[in-house]
Amino acid sequence: MNLDFTSEHEMLKDAATRFLTKECPYARVKELEESQDGYSPELWQKTAELGWLGLLFPEEYGGYAGQFVDMVIIQEAIGRAVYPSPFFSTILQCGLTILEGGTEDQKKDLLPQIAEGSLIMALAQYEEDGSYYPQDINLKAEAQGDDYILSGTKLFVMDANVAHKLIVAAKTDNEEVTLFLVDANDPNVAISKMPTIGKDNNCEVIFNDVKVPKANIIGSPGNGKETLEKMNAKAAVAKAAEIVGGCKACIDITAEYAKQREQYGKPIGGFQVIQHYMANMLLEYDTTYNYLYRVACMIDEGEDFARDASALKACANEVYKFISERAAQIHGGIGTTREGDIGLFYRKAKSCEYMCGDTDFHYEEVFARLLEQGPM
Amino acid sequence: MDYKLTEEQQALKKEFEDFFREEMKDAPPAYQKNALEAMYGDDDGWQFHKSMQKKLAEKGWFTMAWPKEYGGREAPIIEQLIFSEVHAYYRAPGIDGFGVGMFAPTLMQFANEEQKERLLPPIARGEVNYCQAWSEPNAGSDLAALTTTAIKEGDHYVVNGQKVWTTGAHRADRMFLLARTDPSQKRSSGLSVFNVNMSIPGIEVRPIHYMDGTHLYNEIFFSDVIIPEHDRIGPEHEGWKSTRATMNFERSSVGSYASAKRSLEELLEYVKTTKRGGRLLYENPMVRQKLAKLYIDIERGRDLAYRVAWNQGKGNFLVSATGASESKVFGTELFQRLANFATEIMGLHGQLGSSKWAPLDGVMSDAYQWSLGMNIAAGSSEIQRNIIAWVGVGLPRFK
Ligand SMILES: Cc1cc2nc3c(=O)[nH]c(=O)nc-3n(C[C@H](O)[C@H](O)[C@H](O)COP(=O)(O)OP(=O)(O)OC[C@H]3O[C@@H](n4cnc5c(N)ncnc54)[C@H](O)[C@@H]3O)c2cc1C
Repeated sequence: MNLDFTSEHEMLKDAATRFLTKECPYARVKELEESQDGYSPELWQKTAELGWLGLLFPEEYGGYAGQFVDMVIIQEAIGRAVYPSPFFSTILQCGLTILEGGTEDQKKDLLPQIAEGSLIMALAQYEEDGSYYPQDINLKAEAQGDDYILSGTKLFVMDANVAHKLIVAAKTDNEEVTLFLVDANDPNVAISKMPTIGKDNNCEVIFNDVKVPKANIIGSPGNGKETLEKMNAKAAVAKAAEIVGGCKACIDITAEYAKQREQYGKPIGGFQVIQHYMANMLLEYDTTYNYLYRVACMIDEGEDFARDASALKACANEVYKFISERAAQIHGGIGTTREGDIGLFYRKAKSCEYMCGDTDFHYEEVFARLLEQGPM
Repeated sequence: MDYKLTEEQQALKKEFEDFFREEMKDAPPAYQKNALEAMYGDDDGWQFHKSMQKKLAEKGWFTMAWPKEYGGREAPIIEQLIFSEVHAYYRAPGIDGFGVGMFAPTLMQFANEEQKERLLPPIARGEVNYCQAWSEPNAGSDLAALTTTAIKEGDHYVVNGQKVWTTGAHRADRMFLLARTDPSQKRSSGLSVFNVNMSIPGIEVRPIHYMDGTHLYNEIFFSDVIIPEHDRIGPEHEGWKSTRATMNFERSSVGSYASAKRSLEELLEYVKTTKRGGRLLYENPMVRQKLAKLYIDIERGRDLAYRVAWNQGKGNFLVSATGASESKVFGTELFQRLANFATEIMGLHGQLGSSKWAPLDGVMSDAYQWSLGMNIAAGSSEIQRNIIAWVGVGLPRFK
């Protein structure tokens, strides 16, 4: 056992924080939130140059064969900076889907393009009923000669508005979930942004009889459910890392504020009520932070991590809402404004909660596995 | 960074597990519930503790991490953690937390050579049990307000005053005492620490009963108790410094998560096998969610406790002061949540103590009562939060 970071980890951490502090201050985040594309192509290129986009991919696919702990370090920094970009959709959701379920040719073709920053992707999974379960996928894929015809509506497709390609989860004639690679510019695909608390790129995507060649099936027909579940367990851990980073920013910003802001002739941080709020915030943060790194190590050590990925995501969801809400409360009036920064986190806590499964979804995953395996 | 155990460590863990599984078969029934209450509560429990204490001492298990010069083998911190977890999981006695966990490390740091040679070996051999005489009726959270005096007269001190809440004083052979040696000084100045033999004249121990009737803690009255000067630990009037160190030794709490895990295991078994209203309890979504939440808190609490121990092992006490307070308050409040959830899930039967009708032999109704004390003892949850805010967050502290 060794709970210390390696010097490489430390360097990565420093570099990520330095890069995002310089390139993406909170004022810039708010500008990007207002823009139609919701991200900066220029920053995206710089992110590619840092090697973050290919970090998780093996070297033969243009990547750096990094550990999951490395990804967690980067996601933490992204969460602290609230950096708006198609990183999560392209790398974690789609990149991992291809890595876990794609054919050798698809990996060779797509992953290097992702790694160099020229290919942005979005995962079209959820539908009108908002279910997280792959078995509830109903979008129709009808076989027609060498093609499939997709028709139906997908919702909450993150970054579809800026993506070049989509991965679409659909149900084929035999009722199995299959993943299709679809051109986002196909004239029969209609994409529009949805207004969300997170002011992010959540999109509605309508498929009007979109023709997709069989060769564009990710992996093989019917393996969609398994691939999505494998991807989602890892993506949930990465999302939890982003959350943990956001929580840390809330605590740092609020501690600073509480030391400076004076009322009744002394800093509000001297009032015991505020101290105990902040003690609780730190307590929730530290427990979640340590859990995050253990689960990341479980992934790297090849352990069965599905139960703990769910437990971690459920925990992180609740902790982010708790910490960001208290942080805003401690700021008083300024905490409620668009001009102040702390409100950013309160809104992001909500959007992060829904990504990769909400709290109730993951509680259920945890319990089902506890029942099967026992708690040890 | 990795969480892997070496093969030797896995083997060690198995050795601990085999030992406690076997030995705890002979434990008096009270040990099903709660080791501390069982150990101090009655004579059978105490005898069982003492025989276990001898066995553990012979194996050298509770002194594993001690420095070699004091008879330990400087085992890596992880091995001590594994031991603490297995020990707590089996609700086993045999370790005098006051002597081994608090006073011994204090002695190693603050005592003179003669005292180390005289006092440490009996602790390591499992021959003595200590109690902690700190709190007083008017000095609880604000311990530095204590008024029990130890006035120097020639080559000895004369002690007068009263202590309260002294856990296990009715069983202990010795106590470590914090008393005021200079009444002209205020608060944390003018205090000293003493090693005191419980059998000397002038010490009267009176029981106080826990809410369920258990005899756990006591009051102690001192009238003209004479303590030789060579039993004063550390410089005269400077006992606060070592006492603060002792407090930190008290607050690392890996074991509490292991015992919570044991309870969760038992609860899972219970909801899988118990029917109410025609269906098994685990089919109830509320029950599922409560148990999932407990699992999450046990896991993340344990990871925090590991981190604290890891930092302490590296001598990083500044980082671990916050962590120790966090781990203490998170652990005890989790235990309370667990007891509440469990007794809710059990419905009417949740209120039963030892009875053929009691689910899980009444362990959870016991925990419901016992957990309250854990949130007060060793620095209340509020005091821990003050420390976290001051040391961890860096917020200003007003006098
Ligand atoms: C089961 C048990 C075992 C114990 N064993 C021992 C033992 O072996 N030896 C020993 O010496 N003592 C022991 N104690 C005593 C324990 O350390 C004290 O009870 C504890 O420090 C609290 O002191 P008090 O009871 O006087 O409560 P008080 O200090 O009067 O506290 C009352 C309430 O006020 C709150 N409070 C006090 N100060 C503050 C503050 N600054 N900010 C916010 N809130 C505050 C407390 O949190 C609490 O809620 C034991 C106690 C229990 C319950």
